Amino acid sequence: MRDAFVRALVREMAVNPRIVLITGDLGFGVLRPLWDQYPDRILNGGIAEQGIISLAAGLAATDRTVIVYSIGNFPTLRPLEQIRNDCAYPGADVKIVCVGGGFVYGSLGMSHHATEDMAIMRALPGVTCFTPGDPAETECVTREMLRRKGTCYLRLGRGNEPMVHSEPLTEWAFPKALVIREGTDIALMSAGGILTQTVAAHDLLREKGISARVISFPCLKPVDEDMIRQVIARYPDVITVEEHTVLGGFGGAVCEVAAGEGAPCRIHRMGLQDCYTAVVGNQQYLREIYGMDAKAIAEKTENILRGKGGEAR
Amino acid sequence: MGDYEALVHSAFGKEAPDTGNPEVLAWLIRRNALEMSRISRGSHIGSVFSVAEIIATLYTGVMRVDPRNPGMPDRDRLILSKGHAGSAVYAALAERGFFPVEQLKTHYANGSILSGHVSHKGIPGVEVSTGSLGHGLGIGTGMALGAKMDGASWRTFVVLGDGECDEGAVWESALQAAQYQLDRLIAIVDYNHMQSLFTVEETLKLEPFEQKWRDFGWNARSVNGHDVNALREALEQGKNQAGSGRPSVILAHTVKGKGVSFMENNILWHYRTPQGEEYEAALKELEARRP
Repeated sequence: MRDAFVRALVREMAVNPRIVLITGDLGFGVLRPLWDQYPDRILNGGIAEQGIISLAAGLAATDRTVIVYSIGNFPTLRPLEQIRNDCAYPGADVKIVCVGGGFVYGSLGMSHHATEDMAIMRALPGVTCFTPGDPAETECVTREMLRRKGTCYLRLGRGNEPMVHSEPLTEWAFPKALVIREGTDIALMSAGGILTQTVAAHDLLREKGISARVISFPCLKPVDEDMIRQVIARYPDVITVEEHTVLGGFGGAVCEVAAGEGAPCRIHRMGLQDCYTAVVGNQQYLREIYGMDAKAIAEKTENILRGKGGEAR
Repeated sequence: MGDYEALVHSAFGKEAPDTGNPEVLAWLIRRNALEMSRISRGSHIGSVFSVAEIIATLYTGVMRVDPRNPGMPDRDRLILSKGHAGSAVYAALAERGFFPVEQLKTHYANGSILSGHVSHKGIPGVEVSTGSLGHGLGIGTGMALGAKMDGASWRTFVVLGDGECDEGAVWESALQAAQYQLDRLIAIVDYNHMQSLFTVEETLKLEPFEQKWRDFGWNARSVNGHDVNALREALEQGKNQAGSGRPSVILAHTVKGKGVSFMENNILWHYRTPQGEEYEAALKELEARRP
C-alpha cells in the first residue's frame, strides 16, 4: 500500500504543483525518489510531530495541499490537538498519512501498534478518513484525497501487500464500499489492510459450503451508509473486521448506522478487544494471537451460523 | 454611533479618536477590554492590558493590513498565539475599522462569534483561531514557509505569552523556523513574568531567555513592551532581518494588568472581572491616563 500511495502521489504531484509533503523524519527509501524529483516540495520536519502539524496548517493557509507522512501513532495521537484545532477546525488542506496501521510494526512493540487511530480520527468533525484494503484501493483513494479539499486521514498498511482487486479501480465513487466477493449466508465487512484475511476467510468458508459476502470499506468517514443499510436488511448476521480496537472504529461506525434502522440483524465486531498488545511478533502472528486472522474469522462465522440452525446453512 | 461605541469613546469628546496613533490605540484596547470584561464577566483582563501596546504598535503602521480588504493576498499575518488575550485583537481590529466597534459588546455572549479565545470564523482580520497554547508559532512557521516558497514579501507576526513557552511545541517550531531560515517571521513574547498561578520564575524558569532563542538560531532582543516607540523600532528591525536567514524574536518586557494600579503584577487579575467599585476605579485610572 505504501508503494501504491507513492505511485499515486507522484502522479498527482506532477499535475498539482501546490502539493507539498512533510515527513516526520521517516520514509527512508520510500520517499527517496520523490526527494530527487521534487527537492523543494519534500521537507523533513524532524522528530517533531506537533510542530509539523501546526506548520502544515500554516503552509496550507498559503494555498497548498500539505501531506504529513509518518508511521504508526506518530502523525495522529502525538499531535492530536494540533490536528483538531489547527487543521480540522479551519478545514485546512492537510492530509495525514500513516504507514503501519494495525500490527504492521508488530515486533517493535505496543508503542508502534496503531490500534486506536481510526476511532480517534473518526471522532474529529471535518476529518475524512480513508482505510484502503489493498494497493488498488490505495491508489484510488490517494487520488481522491489529493483532489478533495480539507483535512483527511489516510491509514495505510505496509509495503508489498497482495492485490485483492484483480485490476486497478478506475471508477470508484467516493465514499463507496466495494463488494469483493458475493455470498448469501453472511456478510463479512472489512476496513483497511485486514481485507486480505477477510477474503481468505471467505475462501476457507467456501470449502465448507458457506457462502460469505465480502465488502471492503476504503472510506471509513463518511462511511457508505447505503451499503450498511442494504446489508443489514438482507443478512441476519454481519461480521465487521478491523486491525484496530473494536471500540469506536469501523465496527462502531457500522453499529451507529445500524442502530437507527431497527433491522433484525446481529453485528459481530472482530478486532482487538479493549486492550493493549502484551506480546510482540510479526503482523500475521499478532492477527492470529488477537483473533482477527482468516481462521478466526472463518471460525467465528461457523459458530454464528451453527448457533442459529445447529449447523451451517 | 451606537451606545457601546459612544460609551468607550466618550473620553474623546466629539472628536473621533486617532486610531493610527499607537498610544491612542493601546488606550482604546484597554478601554474596550475593560468594558467587554465588565459586560461579559470574562477573564484575562490582566493579559490584555499586558499586551495592549504590542498589538497597538503592530496595527499602527508596522503591519501591512487593510480593513477594506482584510483578505488581500500580500497582507502581513498576525497570529495571537496567546489566544486568551483575544479581546485585545478584537478591540484593535474594531477600532481600526475591520468590523463595527459596537459588535465588541457581544464578546463571550450566548451565540456570539467573539469567543473568549481569539477565533477566525466570521471575523475579518483574524487569521487563525487559538486558545490552546503552543500552536501559534507552528502555524506562523508554516505561513512564513509558504510565503518563502512563493517568493512573497509579506511577513508573519506571532505574539506569544511567556508562560506559553513552557509548551514543548513552541520549541519544536523554533527549531523548524530556524532550520527553514524564515527571516520574514517575527515572534513577540509578551514577557510579563506571570503565569496562571505563580510567576514564571516560580513555575518554569525561562532565563536566560534571549540566549535560549539565540541558541535556537534566532535573532533575539529585549525591549520595554509598553514603550510604543521602542516596540516600533524593534519590530522594524525585525522586518529588516529579511535576507538574514534567521527568524527574529522580540522579548517585550511588560507588566501584567498594566494601566490600572491595583491590577498590575497581581495574579488575581488573570481571572477576575472588574465589577462595581472596581470597575469604577479602573475606569477612573484609565480616563486619567488618556493620551
